[in-house]
Amino acid sequence: MAKITYNTYDNKTHTIDVQNGLSVMEGAVQNDIPGIDADCGGGMACATCHVYVKEEWLGKLPAKEDGEEDMLDMAFEPKSNSRLSCQLIVSDELDGLEINIPSKQA
Amino acid sequence: MNKTDVLIIGAGPTGLFCAHQLGIIGLTCEIVDNLDKAGGQCIELYPDKPIYDIPAVPECTGEELTNNLLQQIKPFNVKFHLNERVEELKKVEKRWNVKTSGGLEFDVAAIVIAGGVGSFEPRKFSVKECEKFEGSSLLYSIKDKTIFKDKTISIFGGGDSALDWAIELSNVSNVNLIHRRDGFSGAESSVQKVKQLHEQGKLNLFTKYQMESVVGDNKIDLIKIKHDEGEIKELKSDYVLGFFGLIMQLGPILNWGLNINKKTVEVNTKSFETNISGIFAIGDICSYPGKLKLILSGFHEGALAARGCFKYAKPDEKLRFEFTTTSKAAQERLGIKK
Repeated sequence: MAKITYNTYDNKTHTIDVQNGLSVMEGAVQNDIPGIDADCGGGMACATCHVYVKEEWLGKLPAKEDGEEDMLDMAFEPKSNSRLSCQLIVSDELDGLEINIPSKQA
Repeated sequence: MNKTDVLIIGAGPTGLFCAHQLGIIGLTCEIVDNLDKAGGQCIELYPDKPIYDIPAVPECTGEELTNNLLQQIKPFNVKFHLNERVEELKKVEKRWNVKTSGGLEFDVAAIVIAGGVGSFEPRKFSVKECEKFEGSSLLYSIKDKTIFKDKTISIFGGGDSALDWAIELSNVSNVNLIHRRDGFSGAESSVQKVKQLHEQGKLNLFTKYQMESVVGDNKIDLIKIKHDEGEIKELKSDYVLGFFGLIMQLGPILNWGLNINKKTVEVNTKSFETNISGIFAIGDICSYPGKLKLILSGFHEGALAARGCFKYAKPDEKLRFEFTTTSKAAQERLGIKK
């Protein structure tokens, strides 16, 4: 279990306990946190679960697989701290992770 | 006016297999899809990626799956209407009148929505003022490449479309290729070609830059692009092309009075009919307790929806359950000669 903080674009903060093994995307979708569409359902095929990761967490996350960076090219306003939340699998190490959800996914 | 028993919206695997199931029980159908080819997400998002969970098919790619399904429905001569988006549904007495973006009209007894996550539309620039030039000097697809001759074209993107067009247009136009990072997702040979053209001065390459703003009145005069580090460059441009792939949008489906929840259509699990009688929804677009977004679930949903369509298409007949192994009628419909 990890506490994940999702900051939505309307300046609301949602801190949720997400079970280990779920993705950060699933944590948002299952808890009705707006702004993460996840159209392809977690297949790294659509870039609509794009999030910005708080700088201090960037180095602590698992590295991007081939393909994630390619998909991020398609994301809405990608930045250096962009990740696809379907690729961030929750574990105890992610306890305290904070992400910002972009204004739009497309 | 196209008259048929059932209109299937979406030519992905679920829609294709539903056409098969309709054919087996003796109903006719036609299929409309917004893309220029059949296959849906399988063909658009992952044509080369292997799929491992199609029952009795240990491994196949999205493209192979699509081709096999097309092969399987061949006996039924299903008519496809590609590059068409369904816009309007209207109930006329006991049937449905359907209109598409290209002006096609259908008269059908039932409708099966197999629309995946919606229709594929190009992803657009996030900069607001881009909208003003969309369709004239800012484009997301190319219909007539002759308009670019001797012009300055700024192309955004790092995939195959961006690279291929940059290479092709560099022969006749002054091309700027702008991409958000040093790496590209397009084919390695195209990446090498672009770098070579850049070294030869036949193409300008700007990496780690993104669109900042567009300047112009009726047409684009110049664009400003911003480097990761904050530096801004101005590029004179006659045309801007954005190639950021496709995004799925529910679009007109939202206006049909269906019960929609989290971008999916609620259905019953008996026949996959929606809250509107005569309209069914199957595959990724439908939701019900326990829904799994798997292709195999879409096949099951399509088989039941096809049978649900029967009473609308042939109200005076009774549908009898039969197996293809033994049913003469089904085998005749499949064109099997013994």
